[in-house]
Amino acid sequence: MGSLKIENVKKSFGNVEVLKGIDLEVEDGEFVVFVGPSGCGKSTLLRVIAGLEDATSGNVLIDGRKVDAVPPADRGIAMVFQTYALYPHLTVRNNMSLGLKQAKTPSDEIARRVTTASTMLSLDPYLERRPAELSGGQRQRVAIGRAVVREPKLFLFDEPLSNLDAALRVNTRLEIAQLHRRLSATMIYVTHDQVEAMTLADKIVVLNGGRIEQIGRPMELYNSPANEFVAGFIGSPKMNFIEGARLNESKAKTVGVRPEHLTVDAKSGTWKGTVVHAEHLGADTNLYLDTEQAGLLTARIFGVYDAEPGATLYATPHPEKTYRFGADGRTI
Amino acid sequence: MAKATNSLPRTIAAHAILLLYTVIALAPVVVIVINSFKSRNAIFRTPLAPPTAETFDLIGYQTVLGQGDFLLYFQNSFIVTVGSLFLVLLFGAMAAFALAEYRFKGNTLMGLYLALGIMIPIRLGTVAILQLMVASGLVNTLTALILVYTAQGLPLCIFILSEFMKQVSDDLKDAGRIDGLSEYRIFFRLVLPLVRPAMATVAVFTMIPIWNDLWFPLILAPSESTKTITLGAQLFIGQYVTNWNAVLAALSLAILPVLILYVIFSRQLIRGITSGAVK
Ligand SMILES: Nc1ncnc2c1ncn2[C@@H]1O[C@H](COP(=O)(O)OP(=O)(O)OP(=O)(O)O)[C@@H](O)[C@H]1O
Ligand SMILES: [Mg+2]
Repeated sequence: MGSLKIENVKKSFGNVEVLKGIDLEVEDGEFVVFVGPSGCGKSTLLRVIAGLEDATSGNVLIDGRKVDAVPPADRGIAMVFQTYALYPHLTVRNNMSLGLKQAKTPSDEIARRVTTASTMLSLDPYLERRPAELSGGQRQRVAIGRAVVREPKLFLFDEPLSNLDAALRVNTRLEIAQLHRRLSATMIYVTHDQVEAMTLADKIVVLNGGRIEQIGRPMELYNSPANEFVAGFIGSPKMNFIEGARLNESKAKTVGVRPEHLTVDAKSGTWKGTVVHAEHLGADTNLYLDTEQAGLLTARIFGVYDAEPGATLYATPHPEKTYRFGADGRTI
Repeated sequence: MAKATNSLPRTIAAHAILLLYTVIALAPVVVIVINSFKSRNAIFRTPLAPPTAETFDLIGYQTVLGQGDFLLYFQNSFIVTVGSLFLVLLFGAMAAFALAEYRFKGNTLMGLYLALGIMIPIRLGTVAILQLMVASGLVNTLTALILVYTAQGLPLCIFILSEFMKQVSDDLKDAGRIDGLSEYRIFFRLVLPLVRPAMATVAVFTMIPIWNDLWFPLILAPSESTKTITLGAQLFIGQYVTNWNAVLAALSLAILPVLILYVIFSRQLIRGITSGAVK
């Protein structure tokens, strides 16, 4: 109940090809996160799955059934939008029940589902209000509630938290994680946010320029990125890339080291450099070093580390945690 | 900067210009209304003076209302205006929605074609329209007027509304599609309420030329039973003698219905239920 298969889906707007052949399988109950830079086609892929856009070629299968010609309402999906997209003239209760009424669900069944969803999302006091009378976080919960009452096979989220402030984002993220556990439904979630991707996902799909770069569990992507793009995209601060030639690496065009896999020392180490800037975050410290051999590097030190700009420091990479990339960008 | 925009002389100048404009715009209307309550002699002797106890005279209104057909003329004008307005708004909004929402071949071209009517006055086609109405047997019917005014009002309506409809959140329409609403329900229940202020603006701009028009009623429907109020008021303007009391009274009365419609629509302009839909 709730598997998804995408076979060689392509999508063009006019003569701009936005999706260039996407193949993907999502199993029942999985939480899959799409990440990628802005404009890479995440929303477009989600809209193709929802049936809001027709694919130029390729197939979408939900539960093994081809749905290319099935309208969005009959695909067994529900979608939560970044802008909430609540019906402004309807109360919270009617916002949630409109889709069910449209599907001719019996009214006692509708009432039951709305009650369950509103209890789950603590929306009970607001059921008779209109969207204009709710806060941003409450509106997003209503939007999620509207998806929940449909009891879909597949939840689609398009950056649902990006309009919320930081504290609310953490809370709502937790709620979505709990929702996934409780409903054990299949969910597909688009985000820009590294933390959301890493914490929520069973499986992350990294998209770039209309293609899938890599699919894998969060730790898989972090520990063994397939190529330079994924290595640079997953992890924050970003991985340091150093030209292979500068380090006398014959095979690798580029060598990558994550900031957290660099150790610094005032007396000795592999690369000598000067501190350009230091960011103190309390739990950890980001140091920007200008090194003679490796160029500008970022090092992430756990805990507090006192370093004045201009000071000389030596950085040493963790030998087992350096990555080598060939001329085509692939990991060697 | 703030000082420059708020300085007293500027404020005074701005208000003076606005007041002057208001006076110029309202003067003819005021003159018509005050003179409609005066006796014939007083109209000519002191046209700008308000009615006094001596000059006050309701003879104009008595003539107009006594002339039994006048209510019919009112009714005709009202039917034509409201009928055309309804059709313009309905078809205009639907065409605007199609142009704004759907990607199809020739979308831009169709938009341009529909907007062309803004630049070409429909009166240029009067002869052809008359021939058409004669051929289809619609001369001297209100239907003829409604059809012509609908055609006249559509271009501006489509042009303005399609711009506004492009601004309605796509996510909202998509949410409706996922909830299984038909395109018609998305149009009537989600989009129309959100562009209501624009609809009201278009309604006002469409309604006034129709109500005031003399040209098409004179050409297409001059018969006694289909006369509109503007045409009916001409009754009192004779070749040799003009019954000014009656003309002014008829014109004053003719202002009332548009005023009422205007008040209804301008309410819509102010009311906003749109907040909270998105973001
Ligand atoms: N209706 C459309 N017509 C033409 N081009 C479009 C349309 N929708 C999207 N595009 C283009 O397709 C590309 C991918 O868009 P999409 O919205 O899928 O990106 P995204 O990955 O969701 O980006 P973001 O993270 O900024 O939301 C963009 O370059 C965009 O300009
Ligand atoms: Mg997007």
